Amino acid sequence: MRIIFKTNYMQDIRPWKDGYQFSLYLILLAAVAAAPWWLDDFYLGELTNVLIWAIAGLGLMILTGHTGQASLGHAAFLAVGCYANVILIETGVPFLIAFPLAGLLTGIVGATVAIPALRLHGIYLAIFTLALSVLMDDIIVLAEPITGGVSGKYLGGVEIFGHLVDRWATPGPFFWLVLAVAVIVTLGYINLLRAPLGRSFIAVRDSEVSAQAMGVDIARTKAISFALSCAVTGLAGALMGMFAGAFNNETFSVVISIQLLMMIVIGGLGSIHGAFLGAIVIGFLPQFLSISKEYAAALFGGSTVAIPGLEFGIFGMILIAFILFEPMGLYGRWLKIRTWFELFPFYRKDMFKRQKSYLKTERLR
Amino acid sequence: MSLLEFENVTLKFGGLTAVDDLSFDVQQGEVFAIVGPNGAGKSTVFNLISRFYDPYAGAIRFDDHDLLRVKPSGVAAYGVARTFQNIELFEHATVLQNLLVGRHRHRKTNMISEILFMPSARRQEIESRERVEEIIDFLDLQAFRDKMISGLPYGVRKVVEVARALATDPKLLLLDEPASGLSVEETTDMRWWIEDIRRQMGITVLMVEHDMGLVSGVSDRVLAMADGAKLALGTSAEVQSHPAVIEAYLGKAS
Repeated sequence: MRIIFKTNYMQDIRPWKDGYQFSLYLILLAAVAAAPWWLDDFYLGELTNVLIWAIAGLGLMILTGHTGQASLGHAAFLAVGCYANVILIETGVPFLIAFPLAGLLTGIVGATVAIPALRLHGIYLAIFTLALSVLMDDIIVLAEPITGGVSGKYLGGVEIFGHLVDRWATPGPFFWLVLAVAVIVTLGYINLLRAPLGRSFIAVRDSEVSAQAMGVDIARTKAISFALSCAVTGLAGALMGMFAGAFNNETFSVVISIQLLMMIVIGGLGSIHGAFLGAIVIGFLPQFLSISKEYAAALFGGSTVAIPGLEFGIFGMILIAFILFEPMGLYGRWLKIRTWFELFPFYRKDMFKRQKSYLKTERLR
Repeated sequence: MSLLEFENVTLKFGGLTAVDDLSFDVQQGEVFAIVGPNGAGKSTVFNLISRFYDPYAGAIRFDDHDLLRVKPSGVAAYGVARTFQNIELFEHATVLQNLLVGRHRHRKTNMISEILFMPSARRQEIESRERVEEIIDFLDLQAFRDKMISGLPYGVRKVVEVARALATDPKLLLLDEPASGLSVEETTDMRWWIEDIRRQMGITVLMVEHDMGLVSGVSDRVLAMADGAKLALGTSAEVQSHPAVIEAYLGKAS
């Protein structure tokens, strides 16, 4: 076990614990950035997909993981980001301006939605956002002149400084674009968490009454969280649209919303790592299933016909298993394994057991 | 000079009068205790100061400000900090993070500078941490600095809550039953801390407490309440020997 001797405040403030941890993350980043050279185009595409999901997961993590507001409607904000990006590009705005603008627009839409949504708690907020997700489908169909309705829209490559960035023609540069966005969003997220605003999110999540007593304006904090969450989700939506190439009202369905929420629960609520780990599971599971199905078919001589609902059945089972056995998600599991090795042989079984909360002060509402 | 002033405050929940025409004032620099049987309205007084409830009638003034004109989140900005009867910490955060939330009212940076973590945000973080470390030293919480609240024993949580309230640099500290559930030894520690908070930090303390040993040990004045109304106000000895107080606790001799 490494014991870090703290001698100044920056050691606590900076995001990495020590040089060792910092270099590990640098190596990881370098290895991922070099992916176009060591992965074939198919797996590079899959990795790009995982990263886009991770960005969307980071967006939802701000709201659900750190501010404690469940949302079952984030696919609606993916759609807003995606359509805003495409429509801006179609009107001749260069991609490098259209893309952040799409995020900003989604953030504004999110803040507007947040004003009525703020009054709702827990399950009611989930239902409200679920309704939003269902509504978005109709809104896209109704706004046909702008959105193309059921026939949808198409987005080929975009140009960045004269270079073509396209999912199919130039998968490498497209991957780097997605990676750059993921890194920037992650860095912003880390900064947020070590500053007062991020801590006020956590305060609102864990105890609204005492957050208020500490001078945190609950409504304002929730609205900011909603707006930031939606802005990041909008960026992911824009990338998702570019990744899909073609999309219509059904691309960003309620199912995507539910998958997003499942993803961050499986990854581990309330951690940045959780968004990435969850995205890896959600992104690679369909491929893993189809590969293992083929493998099983070859082994047992069965046919490779598609089994309807298999993917969702397995997603659901994984989710139930996580909620029952590992509520802290994959990241929580990793923390336990790491602690086990660090403390070997002194790990105690109940080290991470959550103590029963004592009776809360009267809830006032 | 009176720091906090209650003037004929009445609060009703439907037909129940929780606080009945209550007037008292807390002087700058004193330790003021509120005692009374369960349901007397002691915690309700705290929740009125925290602006969780709107009084039915009357006025509450703090430091020459009309407290009834601010939002619940605005009370801290005037310099009022509190603890809760049943501990309301941020469970899934570390002790250090909890205390840093206490610094929230001193936040000067905006969202953008925090997301980019500009030098102003960095400076502010260092300032916050310097103050928080002083409080950690003051309340002997060094061993728990990086521990999650959810894994801490009850006695430590109680102290962390006081620390978080102190981190706001308040003028008035509201302690809601600081000694409830503490061992004799921990109660003694709490007693010396309350003394030190008043003496060294110059913070006025208003507390609700059942432990009469603690109350008579630290408080300058005591307010006894029953059924939302004032029974007696004076020094601890005066209040304890007041006939109305004895009657409220023990019943009338027949």
